[in-house]
Amino acid sequence: MNGWEHHLIIAPILVPMMAAALLLFFDERRRVTKAMISLASTIILGMIAVILFRIESGPNDFEGVYLLGNWAAPFGIVLVLDGLSALMLLLAALLALATLVFSLARWHSVGAHFHSMFQLLLMGLNGAFLTGDLFNLFVFFEVMLAASYGLLLHGSGPLRVKAGMHYIAVNLVAALFFLIGVSLIYGTTGTLNMADLAARIPQIEPDRLMLMEAGAGVLGVAFLIKAGMWPLCFWLPTAYSAASAPVAGMFAILSKLGIYVILRLTMLLFGEGPSAGFGATVLLWGGTATLIFGTIGVLSSQALGRMAGYSVLVSSGTMLMVLGINDGAISSGALLYLVSSTFTISAFFMLIELVERGQDAGANVLAVTMEAYGDGDEDRLDEGEGVTMPGTMAILGTCFAACGILLAGLPPLSGFIAKFAMLSAMMGTGAIGVPPTPAVWMLCVLVILSGVAALIAMSRVGIRTFWSSLEGVVPRVLVIELVPVMFLLSLTLALSVQAGPAMQYMDTTIRTLSNPAVYIDAVHNAATVEGWKERAARSAEGQ
Amino acid sequence: MELVLSIAIGVMTGCGVWLILRPRTYQVIVGLSLLSYAVNLFIFGVGGVKSNLPPILGDGVVSSTLSDPVPQALVLTAIVIGFATTALFLVVLLASRGLTGNDHVDGRNERK
Repeated sequence: MNGWEHHLIIAPILVPMMAAALLLFFDERRRVTKAMISLASTIILGMIAVILFRIESGPNDFEGVYLLGNWAAPFGIVLVLDGLSALMLLLAALLALATLVFSLARWHSVGAHFHSMFQLLLMGLNGAFLTGDLFNLFVFFEVMLAASYGLLLHGSGPLRVKAGMHYIAVNLVAALFFLIGVSLIYGTTGTLNMADLAARIPQIEPDRLMLMEAGAGVLGVAFLIKAGMWPLCFWLPTAYSAASAPVAGMFAILSKLGIYVILRLTMLLFGEGPSAGFGATVLLWGGTATLIFGTIGVLSSQALGRMAGYSVLVSSGTMLMVLGINDGAISSGALLYLVSSTFTISAFFMLIELVERGQDAGANVLAVTMEAYGDGDEDRLDEGEGVTMPGTMAILGTCFAACGILLAGLPPLSGFIAKFAMLSAMMGTGAIGVPPTPAVWMLCVLVILSGVAALIAMSRVGIRTFWSSLEGVVPRVLVIELVPVMFLLSLTLALSVQAGPAMQYMDTTIRTLSNPAVYIDAVHNAATVEGWKERAARSAEGQ
Repeated sequence: MELVLSIAIGVMTGCGVWLILRPRTYQVIVGLSLLSYAVNLFIFGVGGVKSNLPPILGDGVVSSTLSDPVPQALVLTAIVIGFATTALFLVVLLASRGLTGNDHVDGRNERK
C-alpha cells in the first residue's frame, strides 16, 4: 500500500468529521440538504471501507500503519489498519448506510441535529477501530459515546429521557474506569502505544506487573460494560429498546466495539509473555453468565424491542465465551458470527418498528412490563412521504422469518454457517482424539440452547403478530424503510453464499492477530515520510 | 505529599461512589463530578508527585528531575471531556425533571 491509497487510512475519520461540521452550518429546516450531505458522506465512507477491505483481503505485507504528524511510532500517534479493523470499518459503514436510509423516511426529522450526531458517531467508531494507542482510543470512545447520548435521546419522550439518563450515567462511570486503567498502564509501562506496550510487557519487573494487570483489568471493565457482560448489562436492553429504530439499528455495533477492543488487547498484550491468558477466566464465566441471562431474557420478553435487546446480550455472551476459550479456529468462526449477528440484530431493530406500527402500541406488552419500563408513550410521527411498499405484510413476514432463522442459526442464512463453523471447531479442538475441554462443551451446549430459545421466542411472536392479529391493520410502510432491512438480510445471504472466502478471511485475520510480533514490528518499523525541509536540504546538497 | 494526595483521592472516590448510588439525579451528578476529580488527580499522580519542576528536557537536565508531561496532557484531555459530558448530563437531568415532574433517577417520587 503506497501513495494516495495510504492516506485512505485516515479518511474514515476525516470524512464523517467534516460532514458533521458542514451539517452544523445548515438550518434544521433545510432537511433535504442535510440528508443529502449525510448520505453522501456515508456512501463515500462505504466506498473507502470497501477499498480498504479489498486491500487487506488481498496479498499484503502489512503496511497499514499511518503516522499522524509524521512522528515515529512510540512518540507520535499511529493509526493501524489490519484485517480486523478493516472488517469492522466495513461492517460499520454498511450498517450506517442501511440505518441512515431507513431514518430518511421519517425518523431524521423528529429532532434536531440527527445527521451531525450520526456522522460523529461514525467518526468515533471508525477512530476507535483504527487507533493504535490507548489514549486516542479513549478520545474516540468518548466522541462515539457523546454522539450516542444525543442519538439515544433523539425523538425525546419520557421513556427515552429516562433510559438515556441511565445510559449516560453508566457510561460516564465506564469512562472513569477507562481513565483509571489507562493511567495505571501508563504508570507501570511508560507508554500508551499498543504495539510498544506489547513489546514492553515482557520487560516489566514482577512487582510492577501486578499493577499493570490491575490496570488492564480496570480498563477491561470499561469495555465489558460497553459489550454488556453480566452483571454489567442491565442498562442495555432498556436503552436499546427505548432508542428510535434507526438509532437502535446503529447501536447494534456499539456493543461489538467493546468486543473488538477486548479481542484486540487480549490477543496483543496477553497472547504470550509473562501474563499470558490474563482475564481468560473472567471472560469465560462472564460470557457464560451473559449468554444464559440473554437467553432467559429472550424467552421472557413480551415486547419485541426488549427481545432484540436481549439478543444483543446473547451475541455478546457468545463472543465473550469464545474470547475466554481463546482457540484460533473457534475465534475465526466467532468473527463470522459477530458480522452475521450484527447485521441480523440491526435489521431486526428496524423491522420491529415497522411491524409494531400496525399494532396498538403496548397491546401485547404485559402490564407489569409497562409499569416498569415506561407508560407506552407512542411516537406520534407525521406520515412520511414517498412510495408505500406493495404486499407489505408478506414482505414484513418474510423478513421477520429471516431474522428468526438468523437468530436461531438455521440454514440457509449466515447465522447457520457462523454457528456451524464455531461448533465444528469446538468438536475438533486440539489434536485428533483429544476430547473438547469442559469449557468448550459448555459453550457448545449454550450456543445450541440459545438458538433454540431464539427460535421459540421468534415463532411465538411471529404467530401472534402475523397470523393471529385480530385488527388486521396493515401498517403503512415506505419502500425506503423496507429496502435497508432487506439489504442487511441479503448481506447475510451473500455471507452464506460466499462462506468460503469469508471464513478464509476470518482465519487469516485471527492468525495474524495471534502473532503479535507482526503488529509490533509493523508499528515500530513504520517509516516517516520525508518532509519538505529534508527534501530541500537534499536537493541543495545535490546541486 | 503523596499521603495527602492519596487521602484526597480516597475521600473523593468514597463520597462519589456513595453519591452516585443515591436516588436523586442531583446527587448522582455531584457524585460523578467528584469521581472525575478523583480520577483526574489519580492520572496526575501516576506521573510521580513532584513540585516546582518543569516538564522541559533541556541540555544537561537529568530526566529523573523532570516532571512527566504525558499525564499532564492526559489529564487536560480528561478534564475537557469530563466537563462536556457533565454539561450534557445536566441537560438530560433537566429534561427528565421537566418530563416527570420530580428528580428521582427512575422518574418516580417515592417520598410519601
